[in-house]
Amino acid sequence: MTTFLSFLIITLTVIGLVQVVRIIELATKLKGPQDKIITDQDNRYNALAMLIVGLGFTAFVAYSFKLWGHLILPDPVSVHGEGIKLLWDTTMALILVTFFITQTLLFVFAYKYRGREGNTALFQTHNNKLELLWTSVPAFVLTGLILFGLSTWNKTMVPDTTNAKIVEVYAQQFNWTARYAGDDNQLGRAHYTLIGGVNTLGVDINDSTSFDDKVVREIHLPVDQQVLMKFRSQDVIHSAYLPHFNVQMNCVPGMNTQFAFTPTKTTNEMREDPEMIERMKFINEARAKRGESPVEFDYVLLCNKICGSAHYNMQIKVIVETQEEYDTWLKEQETFKTLVSAN
Amino acid sequence: MSDNHEHHHEETFISKYVFSTDHKMIAKQFLITAMVMGVIAILMSVFFRMQLAWPAEGYPILETFLGKWAPDGVMDPNIYLALVTIHGTIMVFFVLTGGLSGTFFNLLIPLQIGARDMASGFLNMLSYWFFFVSSVVMVISLFVTSGPAAAGWTIYPPLSALPQAMPGSGLGMTLWLVSMSLFIVSALLGGLNYIVTILNLRTKGMSMTRLPLTMWAFLVTAILGVLSFPVLLSAALLLIFDRGFGTAFYLSDIMIQGEMLTQTGGSPVLFQHLFWFLGHPEVYIVLLPALGITSEVVSTSSRKPIFGYRAMVGSILAIGFLSFIVWGHHMFMTGMNPFLGSVFTFTTLLIAIPSAVKVFNYLTTLWKGNIQFTPAMLFSIGLVSTFISGGLTGLILGDSALDINVHDTYFVVAHFHIVMGLSAIFGMFAGVYHWFPKMYGKMMNKNLGYVHFWLTFISAYGVFYPMHFVGLAGVPRRYYSNTAFPMFDGLVEINELITVFAILGAVAQVFFFFNFFYSIYRGKDAPQNPWRSNTLEWTTPTHDRIHGNWPGEIPSVHRWAYDYSKPGADEDFVSQIVPLKEGEEEH
Repeated sequence: MTTFLSFLIITLTVIGLVQVVRIIELATKLKGPQDKIITDQDNRYNALAMLIVGLGFTAFVAYSFKLWGHLILPDPVSVHGEGIKLLWDTTMALILVTFFITQTLLFVFAYKYRGREGNTALFQTHNNKLELLWTSVPAFVLTGLILFGLSTWNKTMVPDTTNAKIVEVYAQQFNWTARYAGDDNQLGRAHYTLIGGVNTLGVDINDSTSFDDKVVREIHLPVDQQVLMKFRSQDVIHSAYLPHFNVQMNCVPGMNTQFAFTPTKTTNEMREDPEMIERMKFINEARAKRGESPVEFDYVLLCNKICGSAHYNMQIKVIVETQEEYDTWLKEQETFKTLVSAN
Repeated sequence: MSDNHEHHHEETFISKYVFSTDHKMIAKQFLITAMVMGVIAILMSVFFRMQLAWPAEGYPILETFLGKWAPDGVMDPNIYLALVTIHGTIMVFFVLTGGLSGTFFNLLIPLQIGARDMASGFLNMLSYWFFFVSSVVMVISLFVTSGPAAAGWTIYPPLSALPQAMPGSGLGMTLWLVSMSLFIVSALLGGLNYIVTILNLRTKGMSMTRLPLTMWAFLVTAILGVLSFPVLLSAALLLIFDRGFGTAFYLSDIMIQGEMLTQTGGSPVLFQHLFWFLGHPEVYIVLLPALGITSEVVSTSSRKPIFGYRAMVGSILAIGFLSFIVWGHHMFMTGMNPFLGSVFTFTTLLIAIPSAVKVFNYLTTLWKGNIQFTPAMLFSIGLVSTFISGGLTGLILGDSALDINVHDTYFVVAHFHIVMGLSAIFGMFAGVYHWFPKMYGKMMNKNLGYVHFWLTFISAYGVFYPMHFVGLAGVPRRYYSNTAFPMFDGLVEINELITVFAILGAVAQVFFFFNFFYSIYRGKDAPQNPWRSNTLEWTTPTHDRIHGNWPGEIPSVHRWAYDYSKPGADEDFVSQIVPLKEGEEEH
């Protein structure tokens, strides 16, 4: 039935269009012969549409931040994220100013210089001064932006990690596992050929630094403490993405990657943040409409590199808590040695 | 080539319409093939947008088209990934590379430089038929039992290398690789031909500095293609070895589905380097021809010389050169050395300079013009708008520190669709409307063209502008559904809005397709030079189109292509074949 209806609609549309074209052509014939393909009337209507649609869109861009601004992630809650935020705001300001100026000029020019019978365009081939100006100004601004960007990048990617707590994040289709380095803050060696039984990460049982490692299914991080996340993957490329902290790094089979960062707000602090309460209200209203139960805010680590059919649901909960809460939780976790000897 | 070049042999149906060596016919073949492929890709995008807006809601139409992949009309995650993969592949390669370059390079290069045909008509014919077979293989891959390729259009291994990783990495991926290899052969045959023709077959007086900007853009594009496509071919060959012959170029230390693979020592990141060494120039292979077409259309329709011809040529060359040393910005998050990231940030942001020059030159060309709003001109202005909107967000994605949080999110999807997808397709539409009279000797209906443009322009921004916000909310691309994360639950309405615009945009294309085919048969006869343009193609016969282009001698060229509204001239345009008057200065 649907197929039939679709065909019917398509056929009718085509027939309708043919008729419309015929009517327009007949109407033009009645007006007498025309030597111009594009008439002044065409120019007037399209120029007006340029002004309305073009400037309308430009204005909507300004309004959209009010309309959809609440959808954007909250400010980053990590030390390096604050630096990135400054670079972000600077770049955005620059982009928006350029956007509004150039789009406005484009649509206003299109309207203002619409073709009219008897008009002549200006014959102007180039203007060296102007061209030098609009080459050197972008070059100058970009130089500043590049320097600012590179310094932020270096601070983010090459920090001092001597006091960082080491956590391994291990990816496989389609879940995440974390391994804590334990008291010695050293991860035991691992290799994919050692995977088997309870040893899902292929940790080397003979390496003494692995004895106190702890393999867990939830990531806990102490607030204001730098953590060095090390990433491995078992099968295909995954990407560990922690949007709230401005952290992302690919997990590549056969390769070790890492990212160091310091979370600055606990999960509980986020839940009590008035702005976050507002967001969660909005989210829970949407969930209620679908008949789903309300949720509380949680940080999350999700997969951000296409990895197969359940890519869209590959996640692990991240909890940021005070040092005491973190210590208590960690103490409760089983060490790798007990895990292996129990099995 | 002799000046009185004539074809005495009888042209049969096969030699005229099928295995033609006439560049004008080959151009039409490329265009029609790309249009068919384009329809497939558009339909796919409507399907996966429906899934994103209304997940888990059954649509009988999905079951009609997708069969076992959409039981009860609910899409399977594997086919979702296949749809986005094939949509991307078709749009980037078959529509915007094969379709855009194949059509306009073939049609315009001989006509605008004053040549009888391409340097090698035979290679040109082969180029089309490789493209055709490649398209057929790609379409066949949609029907294999395990489904078409589904690892994303960038087909990163190991996902694409291991059939165990996903159904789409089985036979579908093999066919994808075969199809792309054929496509690359087609691109190389075409590319060499374009370069040789532009450099060697220019008519008397057509110096490089008198070439229309279309020709400059096409020349640089062809050079980019010839230098970068072979690298993709080698990447694809190595992937074929890894898939079938047990080599380990891209594979190391993998355990998948409980199976321990023996390959060690390879690097998945190597593939990304090879892929993006083509992949980034590819962005400009898609974009530069559109900018070239726009330069021609904006100047002609504003009745003004293009502003800053030399700066335009310089920026095309600069963009072409820079496009080869920026590929790493696609790989900031692969774990490559942060210093390398710094280098690629530096080179990437530099591209903003020649791009800004182009935008300012377009704006100045409009200034004090006498703008004739042909459908082609509307699409060209649309292109300038999308080029600005999409180009500016490149300052965020190209800056490695800012890329961390938007990498692989919908922000990227918004960015590249606007700057590359929309700009290039607008350029392609502009080209079709502008040169349709040259191709078929008929005019397309302008009013349908207006409706087509305005609906397309509005729905294009309607689809891709809101996606920036989806990306800034942290939604990764290539997610089959956003329902697995409470943090994305607030995005239902914005996703529905995007899908509604996507459907509107798809419907808008009916106006184009209808207009195109209706006008071939029923369109008004085209006058000799409908847009009152200066370039050489409008000096060839409109109705008795012959293989060899000009019935008599090839005219010689006496001026550049942009003498519009020149003081002292009789009309507001002066064809390139008109000698300079006494005392007249060359622009």
